Amino acid sequence: MIGLSHYLTVAAILFTLGVLGIFINRKNVIVILMSVELILLAVNINFVAFSTHLNDITGQVFALFVLTVAAAEAAIGLAILVVFFRNRGSIAVEDVSMMKG
Amino acid sequence: MTAAAAFFYLFAGLAVASGFMVIAARNPVTSVLFLILAFVNAAGLFILMGAEFLAMILVVVYVGAVAVLFLFVVMMLDVDFAALRQGFQRYLPVGGLIGAVFLIELLLVVGSWTIDPGLVQAPLGRAAHGESLTNTQALGRVLYTDYVYFFQIAGLILLVAMIGAIVLTLRDRTGVKRQNISVQNARTQAMAVDTIKVPSRQGVEV
Repeated sequence: MIGLSHYLTVAAILFTLGVLGIFINRKNVIVILMSVELILLAVNINFVAFSTHLNDITGQVFALFVLTVAAAEAAIGLAILVVFFRNRGSIAVEDVSMMKG
Repeated sequence: MTAAAAFFYLFAGLAVASGFMVIAARNPVTSVLFLILAFVNAAGLFILMGAEFLAMILVVVYVGAVAVLFLFVVMMLDVDFAALRQGFQRYLPVGGLIGAVFLIELLLVVGSWTIDPGLVQAPLGRAAHGESLTNTQALGRVLYTDYVYFFQIAGLILLVAMIGAIVLTLRDRTGVKRQNISVQNARTQAMAVDTIKVPSRQGVEV
């Protein structure tokens, strides 16, 4: 029988993969943004798992808002990335500290 | 093993495997494609849990919009991705250690706690009058009543994100000829045409 803890385990593994992705791809902003999306996906799986297990629809409403914010964050992040690439010709994270106002 | 359990292990295994490939793939285009696969499998998990509306939203919003946006940006930027993977070996031990500790902690938390049975409410999809509701109807009933302000704020966030993305990426190029429609429409015959009476054999000053 598949219970709540199975889904929580999947979400925990996905969350850890996202955190790990941020650590090992420290130079590539695109992969870091994708890792953040993975983390948010894991959070959403947790929300929906608890929502269906506790029979409380509020968790799904909150997951919907998390989805909205994740979409906005991806759009803004990629826009900043495009501007950064236009100015510097590179997307390496360590160059960001050289950015001048 | 029931069909539901089989599907759970299929979706969960594929989601974890593609999540791993997202962070391990050499080419970011491959990463984006595996991210799409992870989202589709997560949508499958949502359907198994009974959250059909969120599963469809996940496919539409993530696969249809966010992942395609990622793909577009990855393909548009001309970046030497091999150079960006320089520190991969160096960061792997520390990152792996932190990830392993984190995962073990999370799994210990997941495995060792129980939920107060009093928290579990009456089954969803049973409204006050005993009629049965689909997942989408149940979500809509609370989303547009109890959470209507949050819903409006979510729309506002999306609007701000849209304006922000446009403002960030819009650029003013100098030295490019552009059509100026208002100036074109404001031209009159007197501005554009000059009638000159040319005397014979003397030409005209331009």
